[in-house]
Amino acid sequence: MIAKDVALDLYRRMVRIRIFEEKTAEVWHQGLISGEVHLYVGQEAVSAGVCAHLRAEDPVEADHRGHGPLLAKGVDMKRMMAELLGRKTGLCQGKGGHMHLFDRSLRFGSGGIIGGALPLALGSALANKMRRQNLVSVVFFGDGAANQGAFHESLNLAAVWKLPVLFVCHDNRWAVSVPKSYSTAVPWNAQRSAAYGMPGEVVDGMDAVAVYNAAKPLIERARRGEGPSLLEATCYRFRGHFETDNMAYLPPGELEEWKAKDPIPKLARQIVEQGWGSNQDLERIKAEIQSEVAKAAEFAESSPWPEPELASKHVFV
Amino acid sequence: MTRELTFAEAIHEAIEQEMAQDSNIFIVGEDVQLLRHPLFEKFGEERVINTPISETAFVGAATGAAYSGMRPIVDLALVDFFAVTADQIINQMTKITYLSAGQLTVPLVIRAACGGGYGDGGQHSQALWGFLAHIPGLKVAIPSTPYDAKGLMISAIRDNNPVVFLEHKILADYWLFLLGGAARFKDAQAEFNIPAAGAKGPVPAEPYTVPFGKAEVRRQGKDLTVVSVGVMVHRALAVAERLAAEGKSVEVIDLRTLVPLDRRAVIDSVKKTRKLLVVDEDYRSYGLSGEIAATVAEEAAGSLEDFKRVTALDTPIPFSRVLEKVMLPSEGSIEAAARRMLK
Repeated sequence: MIAKDVALDLYRRMVRIRIFEEKTAEVWHQGLISGEVHLYVGQEAVSAGVCAHLRAEDPVEADHRGHGPLLAKGVDMKRMMAELLGRKTGLCQGKGGHMHLFDRSLRFGSGGIIGGALPLALGSALANKMRRQNLVSVVFFGDGAANQGAFHESLNLAAVWKLPVLFVCHDNRWAVSVPKSYSTAVPWNAQRSAAYGMPGEVVDGMDAVAVYNAAKPLIERARRGEGPSLLEATCYRFRGHFETDNMAYLPPGELEEWKAKDPIPKLARQIVEQGWGSNQDLERIKAEIQSEVAKAAEFAESSPWPEPELASKHVFV
Repeated sequence: MTRELTFAEAIHEAIEQEMAQDSNIFIVGEDVQLLRHPLFEKFGEERVINTPISETAFVGAATGAAYSGMRPIVDLALVDFFAVTADQIINQMTKITYLSAGQLTVPLVIRAACGGGYGDGGQHSQALWGFLAHIPGLKVAIPSTPYDAKGLMISAIRDNNPVVFLEHKILADYWLFLLGGAARFKDAQAEFNIPAAGAKGPVPAEPYTVPFGKAEVRRQGKDLTVVSVGVMVHRALAVAERLAAEGKSVEVIDLRTLVPLDRRAVIDSVKKTRKLLVVDEDYRSYGLSGEIAATVAEEAAGSLEDFKRVTALDTPIPFSRVLEKVMLPSEGSIEAAARRMLK
């Protein structure tokens, strides 16, 4: 079991992601965000359950669907939304955008190449190990990335070097339109971790408490210097690969089946049943976050564009 | 009396001196504890780290370590292996500083042996510097003398950006040594036409830097400008020497770094000689030779009377020494082109 404070913290982290993402969808459909947008709706329990264990200085790497980990790690929503809108006040002054979000203060980075982040996470872990800093690097990716060479090379090398890394695989069952059964020869990616001599756990990624409890020993283990491990969380992207994905490839009923497992109402029920909080408490959290998200959107939309000269800056420093 | 070091010794001395004063510098790559044995002996396995044959993982790890406060030197063995880890270099290492608007910096050196002319075939002998220089966010250094090798390596290590440092195998003897060197060839120097001034030369003992983006005029001249890098600088110098005996005055410019590129040095020389020959061991099309031509067309078109290039052909590098000689530039092909231009 978990403590009341932890439950409410997980709830807050998940709602933070959900409401931000719904606003992002709205703003994207209004044409205020250019390019693709891959939303995290449905997978909130994974980032919330893992990031609840992290310190601000623990490095986190994420992929194209990286809003969840960044929000769960506590980003300033104003600067994040401004980045999505390509504004000067954004995290990266509008140079990164939705798929390339960086926040140095949180040691967070994300990128749009599937599997590309795994080797980078080894690097921050190696640096922390060499400097004996007692920090844990976490890298979030999907089951699609687990078929990239970068995944296999990185798990092997992390184990050989005994690095403080947690590999977190979102098993959301689909790599764009290709189901896992077509792409992955074993039922679970956690089985693959055995081939690299590290623990691998499968957890219900629609259950924030389960993710929290599963991640805890793996992160503690890494922090003690006992090496890397892999956590595979079964989950689902409620809005498809990206906005405008009509999900025509899904078997009938699959989306509805997963939506019925929505992690946010699930944790809300647990909180009320366990007496950790009332419905009013939860509504208050939601209202606070709605207000924060609305302010972030207002801030972003009213922010200035980057000056044109910025295009040629930062190639070299 | 000036002390002399080999090209490879000069690089090792640069790294050793920098590692001794900055504990954030470490070496990572395949076989480094063997290939860089003196550094391994001195700094141990925590700072000279062997890797599995996983270029993607260890190049990416070096990038992650670099923006986490370390200053890695990645030993990529051969520049050809760049292709194995292309995503980590093209999409990660060289984009993170820019996309993060300078929040993260990647102070990292990739050292790699490059170049052909010793019969090692199509996947182990490429130049590829044109390809690398094409990637925004990557600096490219190609020394041609032991003096520059040390000074450019120290500059590379102290730079806060990713730098590719290319060591031509005809100059850095460790590769030919691995292939049997003197034991297999009666006269390796003659066999591979190893330029004496590139393989060994005066190197100050104290640390010093050679700045990036500053070409060196290796020989002054007034009738023709030859621009090159790496071992081909020495080929051009040999040709210039022969032509001088006939009263022809050839200027030879060693670019030393492609990124940043000393365009000024090329333009100034062309304004003087009015004739430009680019000698490039890299593939002919879409590369250094075209970039130099474009620079002159943009900045000094009125001064240019003649332009030619002697380059590798746009073919993979064939194995047989006879075929390889057809594919790569040589003193013969440089001399023929220079003579046509000096008529």
